[in-house]
Amino acid sequence: MQDSSPASHTAIWDTEAETLPTPQRQALQLERLQALVARIGQVPFYRSHFLRHDISPARIRTLDDLHRLPFTTKEDLRRHHPFGFLTVPRSDVARIHGSSGTTGTPTFVAYTKKDLTLWADLCARFLVAGGLQPQHTVQVAFGYGLFTGGFGLHYGIERVGAAIIPAAAGNTRRQLTIMRELNPEVLICTPSYALTIADGARELGIDPRSLPIRFGHFGGEPWTEDLRLEIEQQLDIQAFNNYGLSEVIGPGVSGECSERTGMHIQDDHFLVECLDSETLEPVPEGEPGELVITSLTREAMPLLRYRTRDIARLYRDPCPCGRTSLRMSRVTGRSDDMLIIRGVNLFPSQIEEALLRVEGTTAHYLIEVDRPGTPGRSMDELTVKVEIHREMFSDRMDRMQALRERIGSEIHAIAGIRARVELVEPRSLERFVGKAKRVIDRRNLNDGPKAP
Amino acid sequence: MKLQQLSLFLENRPGRLDAPLEAIAAAGINILTLSLADTAQFGILRLIVRDWDKAKQVLEDGGWVVNLTEVVAVDVEDRPGGLAEVLKVLDQAGVNIEYMYAFSSYRPDKAILIFRFEDPDQAVKVLLDQGIRALDGDELIHADG
Repeated sequence: MQDSSPASHTAIWDTEAETLPTPQRQALQLERLQALVARIGQVPFYRSHFLRHDISPARIRTLDDLHRLPFTTKEDLRRHHPFGFLTVPRSDVARIHGSSGTTGTPTFVAYTKKDLTLWADLCARFLVAGGLQPQHTVQVAFGYGLFTGGFGLHYGIERVGAAIIPAAAGNTRRQLTIMRELNPEVLICTPSYALTIADGARELGIDPRSLPIRFGHFGGEPWTEDLRLEIEQQLDIQAFNNYGLSEVIGPGVSGECSERTGMHIQDDHFLVECLDSETLEPVPEGEPGELVITSLTREAMPLLRYRTRDIARLYRDPCPCGRTSLRMSRVTGRSDDMLIIRGVNLFPSQIEEALLRVEGTTAHYLIEVDRPGTPGRSMDELTVKVEIHREMFSDRMDRMQALRERIGSEIHAIAGIRARVELVEPRSLERFVGKAKRVIDRRNLNDGPKAP
Repeated sequence: MKLQQLSLFLENRPGRLDAPLEAIAAAGINILTLSLADTAQFGILRLIVRDWDKAKQVLEDGGWVVNLTEVVAVDVEDRPGGLAEVLKVLDQAGVNIEYMYAFSSYRPDKAILIFRFEDPDQAVKVLLDQGIRALDGDELIHADG
C-alpha cells in the first residue's frame, strides 16, 4: 500500500451539505420539493396531472406527500421529445447531453449554467470522497460527447483543482503511452475499460501493476463486486464506484467514500425512492427495488419521480465517514431485465456474477427460459449456456462435470434458483457490439414484467 | 516414453464431430487413434496424431478449445489376462488411471493401450520396474504403418 492511498483520506468537499443532520436535511428536501412543485407545473405533462389530482405546492406538506406526485418514465420523455420537459426558455439552456439510445430513441437532456455548476460540484463531492486531491493528475478515459460521463467528470475534476488529461475513450495503446509518460495517479472510465487497459498493457509486455495509477473512479455501467476485485488486483489500485444517469444529471447522483459502505446519494439535490417495480410501493429498507429519483434542484429539466429501472438497495444507517446522506448499493440489475422464474426474481447480472466466481473472468453466456408441457401444468425451466474457453477445459470428464456442477451451485447460491447448465463450444453464442442480449424467454408471458 | 494427446471440447449435437476431423484432414494430418467421451450434452474428443503441434494450431485456428495432455502407451499380450496383468501392476503400486482406451494393433499378438495417469512419470517408472515398457512416439508411428 502506498503512503498516500486514498483510504487514508477522509476529506469532504462540502462539509456543510454532506454532513447535514437528518432533520435539517429533511427540512431542506421538503422546502426544495415544494419549490419544485411550484415551478414544474408549467410543464404540460405535469400540469395536466396536477389539475386532475388537485396538486399544488400547498398540498406538499411532508416528504411523504411525494407519493402524490406522478412518475416520469423514459417513454414520457420520448413522447415529449426533445424539449417538452424544459422549464426554462431555450435561451437559458447552456448545454445539451443525451442518453445513448441503446433502448430506443435517444433522449436529450438540457442544462442551464447553474445546472452545470451544480453538476461539477456533485462530481467533486464523490471524487474527493474517493481520495482525489488538487495535486493529482487524472486520466479521463470516458467518451466526451453527448454521453454525460466525459464532461461531467471533467468539470468535477477541474472544480477540485486537479490536473486533467482528457484522453477520452478508446485507443488503448495511446492511453498506456499517456499514462506512462504523464504518470497520472487517477483513472476515470467504465469498469470494463479499466480491464481492457490492463489487457492492453499485458499485450505490450507491460505489467499492469507497474502503471502509475493508484485509484480509479468507475461508472457508466453496472458492475459487480467481483469485477471490482479483478480491477484492483490487475491494476494494483483502489476502485471506487459512482452512479448517475443522464436523465437526472449524469454522474454525481451518488458515489463511494473511502469506507465503501455503499454510494452516498447527494440527497440534498435528489430524492431517491426504492420501490417494488410491480406494485410501485416502497420496499423495506435494505431490500432491492427500483430506484425512482426526483431531481429537486435541477433548473432546465427537473423530473418528478423518474423511474430509472435500475435495481439497488438503500441504506440509512450512519457511515463512519461522517456523511449523513442516504446510501445506495451498486446497481444489481434492471427492472426491465428482470425475469420471474418459478416465482423467483432473476437478473442476468446474477448469472454473470456466478460465472465470475467460477472462472474469475466474464464468460459469454445465454439465459434461456422455457415452459414446456401443457399450459397450467408446467414449470419454468432455466437453462444457462456457457461458452467453454481454454482455462475451463480439461480432457477429464469428471473435471468437466464438476465445472458444470460448480456453475450450477454458484447460480443457486446467488440467485436461489436451480438452472440447467450447458457447456457450449467457443464462439457459438452470438456476439454483440452494443448492449448484449443475454436472455431468450420462450414462455410467451403476457403477464411478465415489461417496460411500459 | 510419453505421448502428447490432443483433447477438444465438442457439443453433443449431430455433425459436431465432422468439422474438427475435416480440419485436420485438410492439413494432411493422419490420426493414429482417437477416443470420444460423451455425456448427453457435450463430449471430449481425444486424439493421438504424429504432428500434434501442427494439429493443435489447426484446431485452435478453427476456433476449438484444445488442450495437450501427456499419456502413456503400453503394449500388452493379446491374450486373455494380458491387460489384467498390467492393471494389477498399476493397482499394486497405487497408480490411479484417469481413463484409458485401446489402439489398433500393429502385431497380431499385441494390443496397445493408451493410459491417462494423474502422474505419468510415476506410472512409467512403476511399469518399467515390472519390466513393462511404455512405447515412444516413433514406435507408435511405426505401428501405424
